[in-house]
Amino acid sequence: MDRDQPSLTDYQPVLLANVGVEGSHTRAVYEARGGYATLRRVLRECSPKQVMEAVRSSGLRGRGGAGFPTGLKWSFLPADHPGPVYLCVNADESEPGTFCNRVLMEHDPHQVLEGTILSSFATRASTAYIYLRYEYPLSLRRLQQAIDECYEAGYLGRNILGSDFSLDIYIHRGAAAYICGEETGLIESLEGRRAWPRIKPPFPAVEGLFRKPTVVNNVETLACVRHILERGLEWFRSLGTPPDPANPQDAGSLGPKLYCVSGHVRRPGCYEGPLGIPCRRVIDEWGGGVWKGRKVKAVVPGGLSTGLLTADELDVPMDFKGPVQVGCLGLGTAGVIVMDETCSMIDFLYNSCRFFAHESCGQCTPCREGTSWALRIVERIKAGDGRLRDLDLLLEIADGMGIIPGTTICGLADGAAWPIKNAIRKFRLEFEDFIRRTNPQGYLATHPVPALSGRAMPRLEITWPPSGTSDGNPVTAATGSPSPWRKTIPLE
Amino acid sequence: MAEQDSEQPIAPETEEAIRWLFGRYPTRRALVLPALHLIQERLGGVPAAAVRHLARILELPAPEIQDTLSFYGFFKQDGRIGRYRIWVCRSLSCAICGGEDLLGYLTEKLGIQPGQTTPDGLFTLEHAECLGACDFAPAVLVNEELYPKMDREKLDRLLAELAAPAHPATAGATNNA
Ligand SMILES: Cc1cc2nc3c(=O)[nH]c(=O)nc-3n(C[C@H](O)[C@H](O)[C@H](O)COP(=O)(O)O)c2cc1C
Ligand code: SF4
Ligand code: FES
Repeated sequence: MDRDQPSLTDYQPVLLANVGVEGSHTRAVYEARGGYATLRRVLRECSPKQVMEAVRSSGLRGRGGAGFPTGLKWSFLPADHPGPVYLCVNADESEPGTFCNRVLMEHDPHQVLEGTILSSFATRASTAYIYLRYEYPLSLRRLQQAIDECYEAGYLGRNILGSDFSLDIYIHRGAAAYICGEETGLIESLEGRRAWPRIKPPFPAVEGLFRKPTVVNNVETLACVRHILERGLEWFRSLGTPPDPANPQDAGSLGPKLYCVSGHVRRPGCYEGPLGIPCRRVIDEWGGGVWKGRKVKAVVPGGLSTGLLTADELDVPMDFKGPVQVGCLGLGTAGVIVMDETCSMIDFLYNSCRFFAHESCGQCTPCREGTSWALRIVERIKAGDGRLRDLDLLLEIADGMGIIPGTTICGLADGAAWPIKNAIRKFRLEFEDFIRRTNPQGYLATHPVPALSGRAMPRLEITWPPSGTSDGNPVTAATGSPSPWRKTIPLE
Repeated sequence: MAEQDSEQPIAPETEEAIRWLFGRYPTRRALVLPALHLIQERLGGVPAAAVRHLARILELPAPEIQDTLSFYGFFKQDGRIGRYRIWVCRSLSCAICGGEDLLGYLTEKLGIQPGQTTPDGLFTLEHAECLGACDFAPAVLVNEELYPKMDREKLDRLLAELAAPAHPATAGATNNA
């Protein structure tokens, strides 16, 4: 965990060091602040093998969600392949609650490029494609300008800085589909097809883009590569949660990490610290605590897919193991979303199910049907036609879909399942109470029912805990906020 | 059919822009997404005739392009996208900070549902999933510009500004084919 609980404000940011500096997105400012010195030195002094070895020994794990050791992934590239080898920069960042890649690309695109060039050198890639989500137009402008500046300076193109290493970087714009962030969905999309994730193996390192060996890495992972080569292994390994000496399988959670905080906090934003900061400190010290003087009800620890922490679970360290210890899917992207006490877990689950039903690519039946039926059931519960039995039905759907139960091609289904499992298992009383109150006649029914409520779903929503009277009388809107998210529906 | 196939809805400049990208990829198929973007920017959508024209440019079967296109709800085939495509985020961080309300407000104010365009061709309304701007919730993206921390009043002002003929963005609007 945080070894001696240093103050978060004492930490000297590395990934965000240039953010906030005037003109930080330009090459002139980046170079004035030490940028590209590492590239020059590495091209002069190191072999690709040495760079790969440095990244491997650093213990760097991917920041895109899965936490796979980067050096290990690179080592799967066939050593004697005639090429070309491709590097794909995963800049599709679409996990709800996550925006740290955007901050890097908008404010410090050269840092991302330097990491990409160094990583291409290590993996012997001759072309790198930045798969950039459509919704990041400012990132597009800044990255393209930065790439142009790199060609001018000789950091890209043929024989970079007089070495025999050549590299081109192109930006490839996405088209508003979450599944393009899954690494093989990304590859299919880049090849001009629907973004249907591939069955693995073969893994991209062996057969990826255009059937050639391919490395896919997240923007932040590549930015870390630059700092590992600049500051050294000792620095990198001094940050974060060290591997458990009793468990040789444990790779630890080392290095700096960007944390995103959003939702019901006073200071939403992107902050940097070592891996392993307790979630509570992220919310209180960086996020400024819950807004409007309210209390935390539930927290998404690392992007919507990772599930939910309850108010009692906030002391888990935000490292690759922490959220798993309390039943979440993982650290994910460290995109923390805070929900205050007025937030209904039925609304949360509806929002989550809607997202995944919309984004499932439709290849695997458990995911396509599971996400869509889960949404319809939650929709019916929300409309006041829920039965207690629906909760077990939802859990059955959720427990049966994903890579973990072994029924789907990619991890989107696991990400869809986790919010369902966590919401219902951790907040079951709220769901049961909602169903009893909104469907007093039918909450115990077990006979088959139409998937959708006969009634149109009300746009208004319920607050929890009920602030009305205990005899089940209508709850009234307590906040006066115009948002339907926190209004109440009149009960029949 | 033969008659349709001689249609050239993709302007020569657009075709030039597509061909200019050929060198970036080892296959023609990889051009599909970049080309669809270029076409939609110019035509406000990708009509079926443009798909057939693109198929000839890329030397691919038209149904394969159509297959890819249909996967991404982003590309429109029925009608033109308005001058301003308004994406309102409805994912969690925005929804709990008022985003859901904004989407409802806009459907009423503009009199259209998400996916539709106002009769004057000015606005297309879309719901978006997380725009990656949760620190600015509720977030709204209009064409290539992000509008942070929106509320009803700010939306009213923004729409009025965009609708005004003098607005600078109007000159470079996306559907000036
Ligand atoms: C449904 C789904 C969506 C994903 N979206 C992203 C994404 O937007 N950005 C990202 O870097 N990784 C995403 N990933 C993870 C990638 O598949 C892959 O693990 C990652 O890009 C590898 O890079 P890293 O090792 O540097 O983290 C996603 C995975 C899944 C299953
Ligand atoms: S798990 Fe879902 S998103 Fe992933 S490949 Fe299967 S259907 Fe597509
Ligand atoms: S949830 Fe709206 S921008 Fe992320």
